[in-house]
Amino acid sequence: MPSLTDLANPTRFMRLSAALLPWMAGAATILLAIGFYLAWFVAPADYQQGETIRIMFVHVPAAWLALMLYTMMAVSALGTLVWRHPLADVAQKAAAPIGAAFSLICLLTGAFWGKPMWGTYWVWDARLTSVLVLLLIYLGIIALWRALDDSGRAGRAVAILTLVGFVNVPIIKFSVDWWNTLHQPASVFRADGPTIHPAMLWPLLILALGFTLLALALHLAAMRAEIMRRRVRTLTILEAERHDRLAMQGLPA
Amino acid sequence: MALAVENLACRRGGRLIFEGLSFRLAQGEAIALTGRNGAGKSSLIALVCGRLRPEAGSVRIEGAGDTPAPELIHLIGHRDGLKSALGAAGNLAFAQAVLGEPALSAAAALDMVGLPHVADVPVGYLSAGQRRRVALARLLVSRRPFWLLDEPMAALDFAAQAMVAGLMQAHLDAGGAVLAATHGPLGLAGARELRIGP
Amino acid sequence: MTRAFIAIVGRDLALAARAGGGGELALVFFLTLVVLVPFALGPDLALLARIGPAILWLGALLATLIGLDRLFQSDEEDGSLDLIRASALPLELAVLAKGLAHWLATGLPLALAAPMLGLLVALPIEAMASVAATLLVGTPALSFIGAAGAALTVGIRRGGLIVPVLVAPLTVPVLIFGVSASNSALGGAIPFLTPFLILCALSLAAIVVGAFAAAAALRQAE
Repeated sequence: MPSLTDLANPTRFMRLSAALLPWMAGAATILLAIGFYLAWFVAPADYQQGETIRIMFVHVPAAWLALMLYTMMAVSALGTLVWRHPLADVAQKAAAPIGAAFSLICLLTGAFWGKPMWGTYWVWDARLTSVLVLLLIYLGIIALWRALDDSGRAGRAVAILTLVGFVNVPIIKFSVDWWNTLHQPASVFRADGPTIHPAMLWPLLILALGFTLLALALHLAAMRAEIMRRRVRTLTILEAERHDRLAMQGLPA
Repeated sequence: MALAVENLACRRGGRLIFEGLSFRLAQGEAIALTGRNGAGKSSLIALVCGRLRPEAGSVRIEGAGDTPAPELIHLIGHRDGLKSALGAAGNLAFAQAVLGEPALSAAAALDMVGLPHVADVPVGYLSAGQRRRVALARLLVSRRPFWLLDEPMAALDFAAQAMVAGLMQAHLDAGGAVLAATHGPLGLAGARELRIGP
Repeated sequence: MTRAFIAIVGRDLALAARAGGGGELALVFFLTLVVLVPFALGPDLALLARIGPAILWLGALLATLIGLDRLFQSDEEDGSLDLIRASALPLELAVLAKGLAHWLATGLPLALAAPMLGLLVALPIEAMASVAATLLVGTPALSFIGAAGAALTVGIRRGGLIVPVLVAPLTVPVLIFGVSASNSALGGAIPFLTPFLILCALSLAAIVVGAFAAAAALRQAE
């Protein structure tokens, strides 16, 4: 049973992740295929919302993954700052674009769902607004990664930002809820909604699991790409130094 | 007290600057740190004062008790820590308040470096050499045993270099220690040379 | 230690008071923003009065955030941050001192100027006091959340726009409660004190979180 410290060795991680990745990707593909088949062809249309209810099957997992990936980033941030785990900042860097992508998917599907339901693409609904702010935080984190050259320093700076954001997300959610009830006392959107029919629940659960595996597989692949990018960087520097030395030896002392 | 550096390695931007560096600097001793550009003189100074994290090895101050190393060290780096908009005396008074352990007053320290007349002149108006002397006067306003100087003689003329050498000698005689990165001679009789890099 | 704290506050205030120090520039920027809004919306005084507190709060928010990247960067560039790091004063308290000076030089003048700028957007007299009060207790949160962002970007040259990008999403709660407390004076269901006290709590929390996060970031810096 490999422990977390064994995984700290990037070589070991590369080997394990290479073995794991096809299985995860395969399982994600199968689950997504089954889930989408059930969602599109088996699940009944909603008696109120009609066919548009099928958007939910992508929308809800995307929202859940946007939050899950941020939580993973916060744990990785602790890994960088407290435990100084060498893979933690790689994990964090790899998670940010995926989380941002799922936030965006959540917002876009929400807009397409909102048009037939509410008659408009966007309402300042508390939950939509919170996801929008989450997307902005993701984009800020990505911007900070790109702005700092040195990966070690960038990793620590981004870890601090991620944790500050993590403390802030519940506060933002709370204040947006407060703001929303203040401005929209009679929302068209019922917060709890009708209880979901089992014929819709099953495809939703299968798709949620499938998307989660997809996100984890993407995350693993992105981590591998980042590790290789850093290796290329180190090798390039070493090569430049070697040429430097050769050039020095060629010169008279 | 003694500054003990053991098996120190430094990596910056993926590049290994130096490794396996060990030395000891006791009170009353001086080390002239030499080496070609890029050998890691400034990096070593940054490591000793805790601004960089070592790749391997350790920097300790023996016999300091609970006092953290950065609080026993005076650093005069390339960046001189002076605010151009403030006067020389104002800059020194700020340094004294921040560093603690007050020794000379700002006016007396400026006297010692031969700049009594610039106390209220904004530092931005001074020449590079004068500015350097104001920065070095910081060593005199607070009492700290270890002086870490990065190119202390840069931009100074011969008279000023002799003056700075005198300040360092007085510090050594009073039981202090000096670690100075330098290209030229320091003008200290008992200074050891530590050459880093190839 | 107290001496070091006071010295940092005093030095930063002295620097802010110099030409180009940033203190008065934020105020001018605030005025400019408030003047621009009616040009965008039209001179409808009833509409302006209704959104007046929101305009003032947005103006104060932007005026605080833009320029915050210099908070630690100027000290890093000239080496005085090394001086502060070498102090016996814990870095958290040094950040507190710098944030306090920043607030005294920007947030406080903005809060005091807000009622006068309120005249431009036809803010009723009774709302002016509440806008000023909310800005008074809300701007420290902006200074300190911003300080964390400024500390994170201390090594970036020309990082001007990145601090507002990092920090603005985190200021959403402050904006919400600041504006709704100000609006309560214009009538509405909620009493002034409910959002106002939450705003105070947010400010206190931001001071603590901001000081610790900024100090942690400055320790990592290079």
